[in-house]
Amino acid sequence: MELYRSHVLICGGTGCTSSGSDLVEERFNEEIKKNGLEKEVKIIRTGCFGLCEVGPVVVVYPEGSFYAHVKPEDAKTITEEHLLKGRIVRDLLYYESLEEASDQVKSINEVDFYQKQMRVALRNCGVIDPENIEEYIAMDGYAALGKVLTEMSPEDVINHIKQSGLRGRGGGGFPTGVKWSFAAGAKNDQKYMICNADEGDPGAFMDRSVLEGDPHAIIEAMAIAGYAIGASQGFVYIRAEYPIAVQRLEIAIAQAKENGLLGKDIFGTGFDFDLEIRLGAGAFVCGEETALLQSIEGYRGMPRPKPPFPANKGLWQKPTIINNVETLANIPQIILKGAEWFSSIGTEKSKGTKVFALGGKINNTGLIEIPMGTTLREVIYDIGGGIPNGKKFKAVQTGGPSGGCITYEHLDQPIDYDNLIALGSMMGSGGMIVMDEDNCMVDIARFFLDFTVDESCGKCTPCREGTKRMLEMLEKITSGRGEEGDIEKLEKLAYTIKDSALCGLGQTAPNPVISTIRYFRDEYEAHINDKKCPAGVCKNLLTYYITDACIGCTKCARNCPVDCISGEVKKLHVIDAEKCIKCGACMEACPVNAIIKK
Amino acid sequence: MKTLAELAKIRDEAKGKIDLRGKKGTRIVVGMATCGIAAGARPVLLSLVEEVKKRNLNDVEVVQTGCIGVCRLEPIVEIYEENGEKVTYVEMTPEKARKVIADHIVNGKVVSEYTIGANA
Amino acid sequence: MENQVMKEVLNEKNFAALDQVIEANKDRKGALMPILHEAQNIFGALPIEVQTVISEKLDISLAEIYGVVTFYSQFSLVPKGEFVIGLCLGTACYVKGAQNILDRLETELGIKVGETSKDGKFTLEATRCLGCCGLAPVMVINEKVYGRLEPGQITGILKQYK
Repeated sequence: MELYRSHVLICGGTGCTSSGSDLVEERFNEEIKKNGLEKEVKIIRTGCFGLCEVGPVVVVYPEGSFYAHVKPEDAKTITEEHLLKGRIVRDLLYYESLEEASDQVKSINEVDFYQKQMRVALRNCGVIDPENIEEYIAMDGYAALGKVLTEMSPEDVINHIKQSGLRGRGGGGFPTGVKWSFAAGAKNDQKYMICNADEGDPGAFMDRSVLEGDPHAIIEAMAIAGYAIGASQGFVYIRAEYPIAVQRLEIAIAQAKENGLLGKDIFGTGFDFDLEIRLGAGAFVCGEETALLQSIEGYRGMPRPKPPFPANKGLWQKPTIINNVETLANIPQIILKGAEWFSSIGTEKSKGTKVFALGGKINNTGLIEIPMGTTLREVIYDIGGGIPNGKKFKAVQTGGPSGGCITYEHLDQPIDYDNLIALGSMMGSGGMIVMDEDNCMVDIARFFLDFTVDESCGKCTPCREGTKRMLEMLEKITSGRGEEGDIEKLEKLAYTIKDSALCGLGQTAPNPVISTIRYFRDEYEAHINDKKCPAGVCKNLLTYYITDACIGCTKCARNCPVDCISGEVKKLHVIDAEKCIKCGACMEACPVNAIIKK
Repeated sequence: MKTLAELAKIRDEAKGKIDLRGKKGTRIVVGMATCGIAAGARPVLLSLVEEVKKRNLNDVEVVQTGCIGVCRLEPIVEIYEENGEKVTYVEMTPEKARKVIADHIVNGKVVSEYTIGANA
Repeated sequence: MENQVMKEVLNEKNFAALDQVIEANKDRKGALMPILHEAQNIFGALPIEVQTVISEKLDISLAEIYGVVTFYSQFSLVPKGEFVIGLCLGTACYVKGAQNILDRLETELGIKVGETSKDGKFTLEATRCLGCCGLAPVMVINEKVYGRLEPGQITGILKQYK
């Protein structure tokens, strides 16, 4: 049997792959070979480690040395120094793993970013090779399925999940066990189990990371759910924009079939379960469960009215359960470790952990998993490392286009489903975007409405027409043509859409507007009354000026695409505000920061 | 897969391949600087890894380090117990390494004739 | 230009490949979407000629197929340029200034989002979250990812493709 003294784990998540981890892996393979270490050191491509900001990430075990921003040429140094001679290459470590004072090297699990986290859904991401079923099995993979099939009745499984308190992680937060019991109770010769991996929320990538890093967990969970509700066929509906996730899932399904963990008579218990992948085609609304069903059936992804609910009449009119990726990733652990273990984590009504994609104006962009009840402050400052460049925190947006923003006063609120709703936002699928003083909240509301208008399927009038009108009003305000009374009109329309739209997309589309008006009414007023954008974002409300600091180097004039800057060499230059298109090229070009916008 | 026993078998086999990642307990450290390697630290290290694996010593990790500082006594192997105690073995060979695992790690008996105290 | 590209793509070999795909999938439930995906891989787009064949073989009306093709943003009626530039307009990228990058791309290329340049070289698209928020703002040209962009870098990057 092959035996290695050292494992080099290279992150193969989309973030690190984008920053070049492919090339890093290639170079490691070359260097290992060159130094004759093929039999001693094993290179493993894993799923996302979570700290995408410092990618490409490489972790060397057994020491757990956490190398960040690894460049292809660093493979040589790490191989020759660390792998050959056992000297950890301190210069290449993630900055926080080196304790200056004591010169101690911390292992990956000891750095702050991971210390406050609790990994349940992401437990195998960045630990195992997602393309190797044996590694999943080594982490007790498929043991939960084995236990369920041999020791538990479908009712036991459903009760177990009910007791755990697990709620849907796709956004709504409906209790998973209760949902399952609806389909289990429906009498039919054919039922379906679907995994919703159509993660469309802009700025959220939790589900993709689970599928890339631990695809077998989803397969196992779907088989368990299939057994509980009486379904023999499952579908994973996944975005076509996630090529790596699709590929890993395909490999995992093939491996599971080969090992008899999918297919006929699993574990000799007579239980059959098969799984198929269906690709989405770029429609956000397909994340809504009834629209998703339409799409699998081969139609335009337009939501159906509920009731009837999918648990009674779903795919091809058969009872169907649709669960989100992260929800499913929790299932095997709940079976193995018990409902009590799971319900001991979190708050009274929100049990377990939640994965968030932390992005925007934050130092440690990445993927995190925290126990429910952690405060926003801990997430943003302790795990996220605060706001870059000494800027001031303004708000954090959760729930994507369906959610809202949360401001500084509420940073000490514990994160759970009910608290976030009380604050006018929602859990959503887990996107968490941090904004600083340079972000205009009216513009952010406009950005989300622009998204919804584009993604509205057009079936119901409130969403099709209503969101369009809201967007027009926001464009009017951000372009400096806002009038007194616009805010009230926006609010009225927002509540009308909320009450009358057909599906979740339309009902929640006004949330970003309602929430920004609630907390940042003054910014709206500044745009409307003073024709100013306090954050300096809305172009029509800005003017560029050259201050006295100008040294007359002429760089700005040469970079201006419309030739609106005049001035002689070594003398103060002037911008013609009439001609200026506010592209900002001059500001970037200026070597002495003499150009400002107001 | 037809039985749980089959699954358990795969798991036990596969576990050994990945328990390198994230285990705690006794640490066996091998000096792998240029001097160590030149003196034959590599085969010592490999025999340690192999022996630990063979005996299923799940709470023992074998790691390498840089120069330990007493180049003339290389290859050097240090054993850090969980309670913080340290034993340093010098002028190691793969055979000596196997004996250290058997006597010291498994039976808790320090092989005093290989220690730095007996050889310095 | 477009017509010429189209003529080249609508060849016998590609239609034979399409027949195979339809044959392999037609008895599956909900076969339309997987077939459209494969067809787009073969032809690079889903022009009416291709939709007509699918319509006949699956016995689904052309109107319905056209409705599906135009509903999903991944399906395209016309072929894309040689280089497809996808600028991420996910929230994380937007918050970090993706709009300024997009403005610069439009000026440099002389086309708007969703358009292809006259010479068939560039298609400019605003994409949903690409999932590498750590690199925001991000742009992809065919497979290559450009991260932590500043508007000033755009001219230089495009030059490599012109």
